[in-house]
Parts: sequence; C-alpha cells; structure tokens
Amino acid sequence: MPLKTVQSPLPGIFYRKPAPDQPPFKSEGDMIAIGDTIGLIEVMKTFTAVVAEEAGKIVAFHLENEDAVMAGECLYDIET
Amino acid sequence: MALEILKPGLATTVQDLGRPGYYHLGIPLSGGMDRLALAAANLLVGNDEGDAVLEAVFLGPEIRFTTDAVIAVTGADMPLKIDGVELSTWTTLAIKADQVLSFGFLKAGARIYIAVAGGIDVPVVLGSRSTYPLGALGGHQGRTLKAGDALATLPPKRAMAPGSTIAPERRRGPGTSPVLRVLPGLYWHRITAEAGNGFFDDTWKVAPEADRIGYRFRGGRPLEFVPREPPFGAGSDPSNIVDSCYPYGSIQVPGGTEPIVLHRDAVSGGGYFMIGTVISADMDLIGQLQPNQKVRFVKVTMDEALAARKDAQATAARIRASF
Repeated sequence: MPLKTVQSPLPGIFYRKPAPDQPPFKSEGDMIAIGDTIGLIEVMKTFTAVVAEEAGKIVAFHLENEDAVMAGECLYDIET
Repeated sequence: MALEILKPGLATTVQDLGRPGYYHLGIPLSGGMDRLALAAANLLVGNDEGDAVLEAVFLGPEIRFTTDAVIAVTGADMPLKIDGVELSTWTTLAIKADQVLSFGFLKAGARIYIAVAGGIDVPVVLGSRSTYPLGALGGHQGRTLKAGDALATLPPKRAMAPGSTIAPERRRGPGTSPVLRVLPGLYWHRITAEAGNGFFDDTWKVAPEADRIGYRFRGGRPLEFVPREPPFGAGSDPSNIVDSCYPYGSIQVPGGTEPIVLHRDAVSGGGYFMIGTVISADMDLIGQLQPNQKVRFVKVTMDEALAARKDAQATAARIRASF
C-alpha cells in the first residue's frame, strides 16, 4: 500500500486535540475518511482545520500536540 | 470582471499604500505590510506604485482570470503556478482568460503581493482602496476575500513586456536577517536599566497571534518596572499609563511580558506603556515574519533611524529607476 506524507498548508501551532481536556482527533493506526479533521493549526488568532483529502490509515504523526509548524512541514503519514 | 476567487487563502485583502491622515480619528493606516514588495509588484505590471493589489498571507489564493491580464507576484518566497505550471515571481507574466493562478507552500517570508495591470478596482474610501477588515472599511466590501468573489481591474496604464524582472539583488526578500531597530520611547524610564538591557539582549520569537494589527513576540525575559504610584487615569498594572497615542511601529508590552509591535491596522491609542518604536525602515521586514521565527531588537539613535530611512528610500528609488 502506498505511503503518503501530508504537509502543513500553514505555519503556526499544530493541535491534535479539539480542546486541552479532549482526546486527540485521530491517533496512529486510525482509519480516516475524506473530510475528517486530523488537527488544527492556529495562526493570526484563527484555527484552521487540517482536513483529510484522502482516505486511509494514519501510520505516523510527525508532530506532537502544540508543536510549532512551518508551511510545508510534514504532519502525518497515511497508507492509502 | 477580471478575477474570480476560487479559493481565498487564509486572509487575502485588497491593499494599496494605505490611508494616512485619519489615525487621530482611530482609523489606522492600513495598506500593504511590506510596502516595498507591493510597490515592486505594481511597477512590474506598469501600474503606479500605490495602485491596489492583493495581499495574501501564509497561504496563496487560487484565482481564475476571466480576461487576459498582465500580472506579477512579489514578497514572500511562495511558488507561483499558472494552470499548474511553476513560473517566476518578481517577474511580469501574461495570463490568459480562463487560466488559473495558484500557489505552492510558503517557503520563506509571510506575505505575497499579486499585482494586475491597471490595479484592482474597488471604491476609494477616505483616499485609499486598502481593506481595514476590523472596521469593515475599504477594499472589497470591507473584508477579506471569500470564494466566489469577483474583482474588476482598471484599464492598464503602461504596457510592460512579459519577462521583465527585478534583479535578485534589488529584491529585499525574506532572507534578510530579522534584526529590528528600535528607538527607545517616552516611557523608557518606567522600566529598570536591567530590564532595558534584557529587552535588547534576549532573542524573541514571533507568536502565532501576529497579524496586520500587531506582531506579538514571546520568549524574552519579562520586564521589571520602576515602582510608582499610578497617576490619575492610569490602571493599576505597572505597564499601564494614562491613555496616550500609539504610533505606527510602537512596541507595547502589556503586563511587561509579551511585546507587541503595532502595524498597519493597529488601534491608535490606549493605556499600555510603550518601550519604544520600531523604525520605519524595518516595518516592511516585520510584515514578512512567520510565526516561531526568531528576532532580536537593536537600540538605535534618532540619527541612525533617519539614516536607515534614507537607505530604505534609496533602495526603493533603485527599483523605480530600473523601470
């Protein structure tokens, strides 16, 4: 199965949880569908959802919750 | 109509060189955050330097052109594509009706300027076409662009041959080392000498909140204030003052913790002390800073600030003279 790496469209702070006291949107090993929210990127007081553009299985996250992220940086790997 | 916005990007607005003259009424300057890049984009398409362009931050828009046009993109390092084919930035390009302009991931810097021959045709409000989104003033309906928006352009003024370019050494790109020169301000006496030195010694990081209103920095030591009885009208926090005017570029430090440099869409006054003012020559550089980027502040004198302003004007004049 081909492995694909999804990059961040924006610089900012990457959040894997919808709120500090909530579980992560997705974890390694989860199956995801097109349109699923994988995380949030905060920049300029705006939270932009990172939405899956392909379905598959999340193999690995490259960033932890609240890590700083640059545009183009790898967010997660997916098996499609 | 000439431009159809397919994807708006994160916060794309119509901007020109701004709306000076109303700051005392609370209406900010607005206009491009990187004025040199904005002027360069205009010159590349045969416009006047201050014609209206699109400013996009961090994420490029996707735009379908409904008529043939001449365009140029300057500013941040972001791959530019026409119908998926990568082409040069800082260069005059011809785009045909039905072709789509799009962008790759941002590589360096923060803001791109998309100029179209003739300039973007939105109503002039208080002498400017710039958008001030917080005040719903100017630009396209006073707001950032949305998918489905249609924008018209004015008739081109001068023909520019496609392929015209600004030599790389004349571009002041995002690669410039982010050292921001600061003239200490009227409230300098409010902090201890040690805190003043610490501000200039520490390395600061751009906070994700940074936007057109102000650029916030964190990571340096908190400021220590000289004890005082709050004067009548000032709040009780040591960083409070009796309300005062906030100049463009002034650095307020609410609570003494995170400096905020006020930029093009800033409020014009309030009750936070200001440590100083970033010199005008370095304000464009702030407009190209990304979140998490490290910067340092350097103290300068008024003479050094004026010399830097002359240098910045000479840089702009060299670009102008190359056309």
